[in-house]
Amino acid sequence: MARVALCLAVTGCTRAADAHVPAGAVITLAGSTSIQPFAERWAEEYAGGRIIVQSGGSTAGIKAAHDGTADIGMSSRALQPAETAGLVETVVARDGIAVIVHASNPVRALTYAQLRAIYGGTIRNWRQLGGPDAAITVITREDGSGTRDAFEQFVMGASHEITASALVTAYSGGLRKMVSQDPNAIGYVTFSQLNPQVHALAIDGVTPTEPSIASGAYRLQRPFVFLTRGAPQGAAQQFIAYVLSDAGQRIARAEGLAPVTIQ
Amino acid sequence: MMMMIARTRTWMATAHLSDAVIERCLQLAAWSAVTTLALITLFILREGMPVVFDRGPMAFLGDVRWAPTRGHFGLLPMIAGTAVVTAGALLIGLPLGLAGAITLAELAPMKARLVLKPMIELLAGIPSVVYGFIGMEILVPFIRERGTLGGPGYSALAASIILGIMVLPTIIGISIDALEAVPKSYRDGSRALGATQWQTITGVVLPAARSGIVAAVILGMGRAVGETMAVIMVAGNAVQFPGSLLAPVRTLTANIALEMSYATGAHARALFATGIVLFIVSLSLNAIAGRVRSGKRASFA
Repeated sequence: MARVALCLAVTGCTRAADAHVPAGAVITLAGSTSIQPFAERWAEEYAGGRIIVQSGGSTAGIKAAHDGTADIGMSSRALQPAETAGLVETVVARDGIAVIVHASNPVRALTYAQLRAIYGGTIRNWRQLGGPDAAITVITREDGSGTRDAFEQFVMGASHEITASALVTAYSGGLRKMVSQDPNAIGYVTFSQLNPQVHALAIDGVTPTEPSIASGAYRLQRPFVFLTRGAPQGAAQQFIAYVLSDAGQRIARAEGLAPVTIQ
Repeated sequence: MMMMIARTRTWMATAHLSDAVIERCLQLAAWSAVTTLALITLFILREGMPVVFDRGPMAFLGDVRWAPTRGHFGLLPMIAGTAVVTAGALLIGLPLGLAGAITLAELAPMKARLVLKPMIELLAGIPSVVYGFIGMEILVPFIRERGTLGGPGYSALAASIILGIMVLPTIIGISIDALEAVPKSYRDGSRALGATQWQTITGVVLPAARSGIVAAVILGMGRAVGETMAVIMVAGNAVQFPGSLLAPVRTLTANIALEMSYATGAHARALFATGIVLFIVSLSLNAIAGRVRSGKRASFA
């Protein structure tokens, strides 16, 4: 047993030595489960040190940055004024939330007000939106999901709630499949989940595309924010610089995120 | 001679020792199962009870809204959803299962029985995600498109049908045991009085096996209440009292599985509270089934 442990320890050391990691240059990221997979991609490609990525949700990420339990906190929502104290926010990418319908649906554009009425349960038939006479199948993500959180924040606002009769699924991929099977369905997924089987609606006249998300013209989007206590320093600063570099942003784009436009 | 006696003594002493060791190990194994159950119970209660005390049981059993991130923890729609889906599953599974069990135990020739019984047992071995997938790909679109019934397809009906099939091995297996436990003399007596085979089955065998069949139904019910994956995939999971069989519903199990991954704080503890309700329901069903079955054994002893 002891020998096995020793072997593991030795291999661990060798691996670390291979990557030319200076002693102590391990940085920890914690927070948003939406950012986690992308952060892991960046960590994989990053050559400057070992990155540990933990999830736990945006709120936990903000708290971790405050407490210093993580070098970088990850939040997939903009911070409330009370939360920002002492923290420096760096937007590292933008994630669009696309509202999707079946590819055969003639309705191709909605306003925010119409979207709110559909999810609020007051518009229930596609006919009211210029489509066929068919009941709308409203599909949403589960309570607690970051995508749902962003959707509620931007579309529903504080005063409106998603109707209790909406179908609920816990997976982006599952939601897309449900929409692709039902000609009368409507749902929302992150931009990276779009595929030709579903159609992304224009909202208030703007279609979600990489440029429209990056420029902010498509408003249904959320920032992916890295948080540090004070200005980022040392290893954390190097990693953030890498994420914002051309190479880092190329990875973001390849994974379906919109890059940040650096002024 | 003396040597031999001495040797036998040592051998016996070792044998006694190894017996004792094995006995201890078996006892340990048996108790570990009980301990696990006790630990699970403790854990669920420890995680779930504080929030129940904190907000009062009525926050869970008196509220009709479930919006944990907005402070609503009503479990009633999910309790209703579980009840509807379970009742639907029994409505489908009970006639089919009972008919299957009677066929296999009383009517089918030996050859057919040898083929059918293992195949029904195989049904129990199919992973629930496969049932769910078939439901999602075939049953849900069928309900949505073929019926003049309407609705999104993801519904209490879809979940009931899938669960109705999933409870079949439980209902058939235990019912067959119950029917086979009825002594042959009962059947012989009935036939000797001039009753037909069907009269014998309905008038003598079924009543004699009643408690076992009831146990089969209750255990099937437990299976339906506890099933998660297949239900999540076809039930639609909307938190509402089902207005019709075609409306989407959420069950207690689905509620936990859907929201566990991102839940924090009171939300997570509310899911454990959901677990407490589920735990009580399942445990009661198993206890009732056990009571009914042991009653049956006593009557044939």
